[in-house]
Amino acid sequence: MIKVEHLTKKYPGHTAIRDLSFEVGKGEIVGFLGPNGAGKSTTMRILSSFMPATSGSASIAGYNVFTQSREARTHLGYMPENVPLYMDMRVNEYLSYRAALKGLGSRRAKERVGDVIELCSLNEMEKRIIGTLSKGYRQRVGLADALVHDPDLLILDEPTSGLDPNQIRQVRELIKNLGKRHTILLSSHILPEVEATCSRIIIINKGRIEASDTPENLVKQLRTSGGIRLEAKTGTDSGIEQLQRITSIRDVSQTTDGEWTTFLLRIEAGMDAREEIFRLCVERGWAVRELANQRATLEDVFVELTHADA
Amino acid sequence: MRKFFALLGRELKSYFYSPIAWVVMFFFLFLTGFMFYSAVKFLTLGPTQVTLMEAFFNQVPFWFGFILLIPLITMRTFSEEWKMGTIETLMTAPVRDWQVVLTKFLGAFIFYIVLWIPTTIYFRIFTMISNAPAVRSDGAYYGSYLMIFLIGMFYISVGCLASALTRNQIVAGVISMCSIMCLFFFAWISFFVLNVSPVLSEFIGYFSAIDHMATFSKGLLDTRPIVYYVSMTALVLYLTLQVFQSRKWKV
Repeated sequence: MIKVEHLTKKYPGHTAIRDLSFEVGKGEIVGFLGPNGAGKSTTMRILSSFMPATSGSASIAGYNVFTQSREARTHLGYMPENVPLYMDMRVNEYLSYRAALKGLGSRRAKERVGDVIELCSLNEMEKRIIGTLSKGYRQRVGLADALVHDPDLLILDEPTSGLDPNQIRQVRELIKNLGKRHTILLSSHILPEVEATCSRIIIINKGRIEASDTPENLVKQLRTSGGIRLEAKTGTDSGIEQLQRITSIRDVSQTTDGEWTTFLLRIEAGMDAREEIFRLCVERGWAVRELANQRATLEDVFVELTHADA
Repeated sequence: MRKFFALLGRELKSYFYSPIAWVVMFFFLFLTGFMFYSAVKFLTLGPTQVTLMEAFFNQVPFWFGFILLIPLITMRTFSEEWKMGTIETLMTAPVRDWQVVLTKFLGAFIFYIVLWIPTTIYFRIFTMISNAPAVRSDGAYYGSYLMIFLIGMFYISVGCLASALTRNQIVAGVISMCSIMCLFFFAWISFFVLNVSPVLSEFIGYFSAIDHMATFSKGLLDTRPIVYYVSMTALVLYLTLQVFQSRKWKV
């Protein structure tokens, strides 16, 4: 659906993206993840034909975004960051206008506007002037606009920025449902959301792709996994010394709170040392009140990859 | 075609939804009302060769208001889209650049025409009340309004070009005001520069909006100014299109 090859965008003074190459297949939901200034919005703007690349090529549904720009735009529903809207129009008026711009005939446009209003839960706000809507509703109008011509591909730039947790959840559900019928490329730095909705994540930093894989694989590939948390009553024993005897343990840190000591253990990737720890506790007679895995999160991956060169 | 009318509809709505449009209309009608009054007053001063229409369209406030009015109408055409960010949703929709430029121009031009329509009442009122003709011949009605629309068309295209050049509405307004003033006063060079040969002076006179208005309001419909304004408008709109498309060249 999307094919990007050696895309570069230079501004006088700095390079926004360099030699970017990736593909998004039909039906995928791909998340573009990266810190601010990484080049996510730039890439999306190039894909939507808003600005040209310095070099390289990109295509949507087989149409080159620079030479066959109008055909490419017909297959694309784009929602920019900051969701720009005309504040003086009403919601249904705006959506009908956008439907006409995207080439829908008047009967079909009416149908589709009704459909997307339903889909994005805008029924109560249908006749309101856009300038009077809250950010959450404006975001939904932006999404409805992107959907109105039923495009094969949706490109959403930070679709949940500025929303409260309830609204984020609603938009997340919506995106997941849309993913069943559309191909979606979205960008975010809200990590749990990307983890929850996307089948594949591309991590981008300083204009380069650092990693591209499913969320599970990315987490597995982390050099160190999350670790284990142990809360035990070690009495007079030196817990750290004993624990370090277990071979798969790489690092131990502890905090003591009265009789109970909390140990945070970093272990080798892919190993599960809990059984050995349990046996050690039994052997030494330590009372245990917590022995749990702390799973690596996407945030750890993100921080690790984007700080690798720091 | 549907896209074209959708864009045009949006442009017109954006004028009439905004309070600026109504404020401009109010002051415009106030100004033209005052001009009508002073034109009639002028005729009462004594016997004169000019008709009401000529007196009306050749006053200083007329040209003054004209030069101020057009930048006010056109300064928001492109600049606002850039400022609000809506240029992004506009340019990523499958519409052609020339459609956008032409509809923005036409939106401003239609608004301008709507501003002038109520003034046709003035001359009707005059003839009804005084039983004297406002014009020498019917051609003068058509001529005057035709010239209003031609000059307006050209200056509006200049205003659109100025708006396309910058994101700041005020800068666009100032650029268009200065350009229109230069175009307008170009004909008066012969007053300021000494040693102007009669040939050059006559040549410059061809560009004079004041002269054009004077001849047309007498009912003399000369095709030369018509060609001038239509072709200059086309040129300036073409330039506007190039400026608009130049964002695609910023590799």
